[in-house]
Amino acid sequence: MSLLLERVTKSYREPGGKPIPVLGIERFAMNQGEQVALIGSSGGGKTTLLNIISGILTPNSGRVVVDNTDLATKPEVVRDRFRAAKIGIVFQTFNLLPAFSALENVLLGMSFSGRSVDKPFAIQLLERVGLGHRLHHAPQKLSVGEQQRVAVARSLANKPVLLLADEPTANVDLANQQLILDLIRDTCRDHNVTLLMVTHSADVAGAFTRIENLKDFNRPERCLQGQSA
Amino acid sequence: MNLFKIAWKSLKQRRLASGLTALNIALGVMLMVLVLVIFGAVDSAFTQRSIAYDLIVGPKGSDLQLVLSAVYRMQPPIENLPYLYLEQLRKDPRVVSAVPLAFGDVTEEGSFPIVGTTPEYFENDYMQGRSFKIRGSRVNGLLDTIIGHEVARKNGWDFGSTFTIVHGGAESGHVHDEKFTVVAVLAPTGTANDRTVFLNIEGFYAIAGHSKPIPEYEKRLRDFYAGDPERLAAAMSQLEAAKKIEAEDAVAGHDEHHHHATPDAMKEVTAILVKTRPDTPFDSFSLMSELKTGYQAMAVNPIIPIQKLVAGMLGNIQKALLTLIAVIILVSGVGIFVSIYNSMSDRRREIGIMRALGAGRVHVFSIILAESTLLCVCGGLVGWIVGHGLAVFSAPWLIERTGLLIDPWAVNPWEATLFPVLLGLAALVGFLPAMTAYRTNVADALSS
Ligand SMILES: Nc1ncnc2c1ncn2[C@@H]1O[C@H](COP(=O)(O)OP(=O)(O)OP(=O)(O)O)[C@@H](O)[C@H]1O
Ligand SMILES: [Mg+2]
Repeated sequence: MSLLLERVTKSYREPGGKPIPVLGIERFAMNQGEQVALIGSSGGGKTTLLNIISGILTPNSGRVVVDNTDLATKPEVVRDRFRAAKIGIVFQTFNLLPAFSALENVLLGMSFSGRSVDKPFAIQLLERVGLGHRLHHAPQKLSVGEQQRVAVARSLANKPVLLLADEPTANVDLANQQLILDLIRDTCRDHNVTLLMVTHSADVAGAFTRIENLKDFNRPERCLQGQSA
Repeated sequence: MNLFKIAWKSLKQRRLASGLTALNIALGVMLMVLVLVIFGAVDSAFTQRSIAYDLIVGPKGSDLQLVLSAVYRMQPPIENLPYLYLEQLRKDPRVVSAVPLAFGDVTEEGSFPIVGTTPEYFENDYMQGRSFKIRGSRVNGLLDTIIGHEVARKNGWDFGSTFTIVHGGAESGHVHDEKFTVVAVLAPTGTANDRTVFLNIEGFYAIAGHSKPIPEYEKRLRDFYAGDPERLAAAMSQLEAAKKIEAEDAVAGHDEHHHHATPDAMKEVTAILVKTRPDTPFDSFSLMSELKTGYQAMAVNPIIPIQKLVAGMLGNIQKALLTLIAVIILVSGVGIFVSIYNSMSDRRREIGIMRALGAGRVHVFSIILAESTLLCVCGGLVGWIVGHGLAVFSAPWLIERTGLLIDPWAVNPWEATLFPVLLGLAALVGFLPAMTAYRTNVADALSS
């Protein structure tokens, strides 16, 4: 099992102190190398879910097991290091740090894992996403589609076990959408990386064999029952 | 990529703001270096580098005045000492070298002091480890002179130039009849020697009007040797001999200007520069205390009176300037704070991305601190190099204009505290922005 969520609840707190329930998940699991498209209405809690899986947020209760490690119980420093080493993330837009070239952005992805930086591998990744000729370009000089491709390369820099993608193709044209989608899915398949991709696009979701709608397994009301908010 | 490299890239991204804030620091540090170099030069000009003698012997009076007149030639002489005392000092086993100086007159053109001395003066170092470089021929005649670099430059004199001198002291304004000739020029020394005209001491005595009536000498010798009857008797017998010769001259009706070698008993010196035996520092102390009790003379350390004066005057000015510069550097630090702090709101998402990539709070905290450190240290380094570089460039100009010999790369002990202080400043001004980075809520930052 690569990813396992059990009895996970998450609620935000309003400025007044009243809890806003967002997640109440009894169980959600993915096998190693499995690819899942996660769909759901806006504001449904998809991003929140990804943040909990990556250890950026902690749930109010429940277990978040990634690669046999329960992140929910680990302190932040451990979660940070775990994320650096095992989880790749691609956002919707503005993934790259403007002060660094394409190659440096990928190297930066390697910098925090505690392992030594593998420059040839970084170049290989960029070549793989078709940007071997733009290694030293600043992000601003790249198109949005190209930036997303750099982000994909960077997310794989530490050979993660799990890749989380939050609407990675929402802001690119159709041609790039297909390219990026294929790129992510193919590289994940090649490296046996588990892929959880949030999308609003029926086209994108349609490419996956397993499609999950958040509202089918999320019962936010559970937050308010019993478990502390 | 290490934290400093990441910080460096972020600074380059904001190169204008980064450059300007670092420039502020650089300017502050440059000013500090210049103040330290210049004050260091002034200080050493007046103290350790001023003279390579251990003692200055002169008539009783003010220590400071003796040093100012004998070493800096800035004050008129106090009084004179008998030449016989010079001979006595030379015989003293503690004394390695005793060089007489006789002065009081100035050149008519430019008012440069005239100093009568012996060749030994030029054989000795003028400063610790620095010997005179003389261009020209030997002093032969009584009216041959060696002039300092500044005298040559300002008056436009060179070998063969002739000049007249003005009598100092009581009847100042009186121009002596003698025409003096330049036979040699000294290389620049950065000391008062550059502004001095040197004359053979015998020539000094030969100048008409420098000798006094014999009873006057007698009175002075009696005063001087009041506590030493043996030496007084010897001096008196010399004076008697001189009297006889003078009387014979008068009988023979010699021309007034015809010159006899001046008898020692009728010679006086204004000051005596003394080198004691090396490695026996007590020699100079024992000589000093002997003179204090024995004769109508005193021996002073050539450095201490000036050091006191300089520390008193310049020390405070230097402190005031350094305080001002410290404030400038502090304000530059505030500039760095403002620059980094302002950038933080634009960088929320960047910090969020780094955290998503697995950077810990401590990482992002350190990156921001590394930025302020780089600005402070790089700015400081540039300022330090430019400061010393400016000192190198201005050194020839300074010695030309002011006679101040600066050592552009001399590192003042204060400078050693510079970089620790800059690091402290960097920590201080970087702390708040770094805390902002530390506290950044990643999920919020990423959704913005
Ligand atoms: N920091 C927060 N404080 C309070 N409420 C929040 C916070 N972050 C998210 N929410 C709320 O939680 C709910 C889930 O948000 P989330 O961003 O996870 O949804 P989403 O499914 O990703 O939506 P979208 O498809 O529009 O990206 C929303 O109602 C949102 O307003
Ligand atoms: Mg979302």
